Amino acid sequence: MVDILKPEEMFDSIDYSIPSDRWQDVPTDLTLGNFCYPAKKKNQEYLGLVAKDEWSPADDDWKLPDNWEKIIYEGFKERLGKYRSLKIFMDVCVRCGACADKCHFFIGSGDPKNMPVLRAELLRSVYRKDFTTAGKILGSIAGARKLTPTVIKEWFSYFYQCSECRRCSVYCPYGIDTAEITMMGRELLSLLGLNINWIIEPVANCFRTGNHLGIQPHAFKEMIEFFCDDIEEITGIKINPSFNRKGAEILFITPSGDAFADPGTYTMMGYLMLFEHIGLDYTLSTYASEGGNFGLFTSSEMMKRLNGKMYAESKRLGVKWILGGECGHMWRVINQYMETMNGPADFMEVPVSPITGTRFDNAASTKMVHITEFTADLIKNNKLKLDPSRNDKFKVTYHDSCNPARGMGLLDEPRYVLNGVCNNFYEMPENTIREQTFCCGSGSGLNTEEIMDLRMRGGLPRANAVKHVHDKFGVNLLATICAIDRAALPPLMDYWVPEVGVAGIHELVGNALVMDGEIERTTDLRFEPLNEEEE
Amino acid sequence: MNVNYLYSLLAVVVLGLFAYVGAGAAGLQSVFGIFIPYLAVVIFIAGFVNRVMGWAKSPVPFRIPTTCGQQQSLDWFKQNKIDNPSTMFGVIARMFLEIVLFRSLFKNTRTEIVGNRISYKWVVWLWLFAILFHYSFLAVVVRHLRFFLEPVPFFVSSLEQIDGILQVGLPGVFLSGVTLLAGALLLLLRRILIPKVNYISLAADYFPLLLIIGISLTGLMMRYFTKVDVVKIKELTMGLATFHVGIPEGGLGALFYVHLFFVCILVAYIPFSKLMHMGGVFLSPTRNLANNSRMKRHINPWNPEVKFHTYDEYEDDFREKMIEADLPVEKE
Repeated sequence: MVDILKPEEMFDSIDYSIPSDRWQDVPTDLTLGNFCYPAKKKNQEYLGLVAKDEWSPADDDWKLPDNWEKIIYEGFKERLGKYRSLKIFMDVCVRCGACADKCHFFIGSGDPKNMPVLRAELLRSVYRKDFTTAGKILGSIAGARKLTPTVIKEWFSYFYQCSECRRCSVYCPYGIDTAEITMMGRELLSLLGLNINWIIEPVANCFRTGNHLGIQPHAFKEMIEFFCDDIEEITGIKINPSFNRKGAEILFITPSGDAFADPGTYTMMGYLMLFEHIGLDYTLSTYASEGGNFGLFTSSEMMKRLNGKMYAESKRLGVKWILGGECGHMWRVINQYMETMNGPADFMEVPVSPITGTRFDNAASTKMVHITEFTADLIKNNKLKLDPSRNDKFKVTYHDSCNPARGMGLLDEPRYVLNGVCNNFYEMPENTIREQTFCCGSGSGLNTEEIMDLRMRGGLPRANAVKHVHDKFGVNLLATICAIDRAALPPLMDYWVPEVGVAGIHELVGNALVMDGEIERTTDLRFEPLNEEEE
Repeated sequence: MNVNYLYSLLAVVVLGLFAYVGAGAAGLQSVFGIFIPYLAVVIFIAGFVNRVMGWAKSPVPFRIPTTCGQQQSLDWFKQNKIDNPSTMFGVIARMFLEIVLFRSLFKNTRTEIVGNRISYKWVVWLWLFAILFHYSFLAVVVRHLRFFLEPVPFFVSSLEQIDGILQVGLPGVFLSGVTLLAGALLLLLRRILIPKVNYISLAADYFPLLLIIGISLTGLMMRYFTKVDVVKIKELTMGLATFHVGIPEGGLGALFYVHLFFVCILVAYIPFSKLMHMGGVFLSPTRNLANNSRMKRHINPWNPEVKFHTYDEYEDDFREKMIEADLPVEKE
């Protein structure tokens, strides 16, 4: 671990002035603290990826395979043939600069190569050299650049300084999506065995145990039962969720982070209480025990391999449809990739809420419903007894997670639920929410300790908007619907706005939910007093 | 300071001199007046088709629209049908607004640090310059159809009416000619003067702007200062359009050939450059797809067979522990 600057120092260190050297000549900083640790060999081997002997990005010589240039060339060519997006995005950028100051990593670091346009140019320059007539003939005048080991290092640094949040693509007149560029860049690097461990280890875990955290089936069950004990203590109601149960109507899948670490665990308690209260016929799976998908940050094939468990398990258990928990990139995968990759899901039925009878036609094909869609429908139909005053000590704002916002458009459902379960809700400024939302700074597998400086910088735009509503309205709770957020935002808040806590929406639902036969509540789901005055 | 614009400026000046000397002093009027224009058009058509076909050849495996508004979900949530379309109609509306009004660019903001706050201000300049430039360009191109069509179609004449609404000067000033030059100059100045934009700019970004400025300047000079013989030019251009080629008697001034040569270079350059954004904007998968991939099944033509970790493998791995924890198993 490398010590990082104090918040004021970091804020003052942001410098948007432009270096005197051309960006092609600026060396990449690969000192400790500026890179993610590389993937361990055993994890790469387990997944059948190109396995590289132990190495460090700080090394001078990365010991690339002998034919590395050919590997990249062939890999690039293959991807140009598979993705129209890549071809178009390589060809049409006019470098108007609209995207330049839209990236949270640029805003927080001032590093020009974090301008989306330059991040793409890192790849585009090589594309021009290898695949365009102008680049072959005119070379650097046409913006072409020869692929060298230095370029590979630059790719490794900057494609792991992009969280695939897609904010830049909102402003681009051609919709150029840096997430696509970064995904391709990472896939190419992976062909040389260059991966980061914070992504590959969860992927390997998920492949074997069904979840990123490597929780084995018996432990998964124990953890959930532990939450049930807590719920009983708080509400007096004993819950007995089922696991891997055939014939259940609904399979519930949420990120494993919700079973593992605070504050996600409180969100998990909220789900369990809600399902108990409405008498939902559902089951949890220890095999498909991960909603998230770090495969998305590795390659499209890896994403498919991990995601396949959802449908496979639904089929095995014979459920009618799938309900999905609060998670960010999980929902990009489900909304934009899942059925195309692993469908058709014709062994299930169009989801219908057994409580309200509402048919979720928007999920007619994937057969998977988002929990906030489901809960919003319950609230709308007055199926829940709610006492929002139990959340009165919170002044809540809402962080739109990048992927549900820009890869799905799930914007009003979470807000509707929030407004149903708490009395004090305040929006952050409009250029920082909804489709313009800012990343937590740690998305796409970057929530690792060794790059804390980068994470705090990348999260600054989000934190600064939270600080604004904290100063103005006294906001003290940041609600979110993403498991990476629940892991990444608490340290971010501690750093920039220490007075603000972080919670999943269904934690607040759990607080407000008046369950049949419950005892009088004195604490919230965190065993903290319901009202601050009572402390 | 990025001096890529100097390469481009040099290139444009050299090209201009080349035509000036070639068609003027060297008298190669049929080369510059007939051969090169045809060549340029052939290169343009072949290159453009080739590029678009190249794009079309790569499939769109996944539905990846960037959603910029509320999705279609429960009936009582108001969907943003344009920014998050779920139907073809919505996509058409979104694309129309994008292509005709540059809607995404209109949303542009400027990030600034003000005290301890980061502020995002709506800025309209880039959008305004872009609109000014592109629509002026379009108007100028349409006006030039007069040189290739006989009789002159009504829409060309009516555009000229509107374009000349100021009714000043003789011949009357066309607004679009002036605003095209202004738009191109503004975009060029922006590229040179804004440090971030300057930093990212390639020679290939300056070249087309300078070329268009060259076209615009030579055009304005011919119309308003040297008062070129339009009838003769139309004789040449109609000849080109109808394949009855010939250089008008007495020839044309060198300035005209510089203008024409610049246009030819631009036309031939389009397929090999970023100017292909004019075609690419229609095909961008983040804009031209409906966000309906949960409602409808879409097919990836190269969907790979991959190795899953099956439930059976999983159970084999953990059976003992599962049984001990009272979890149901397939095989006891």
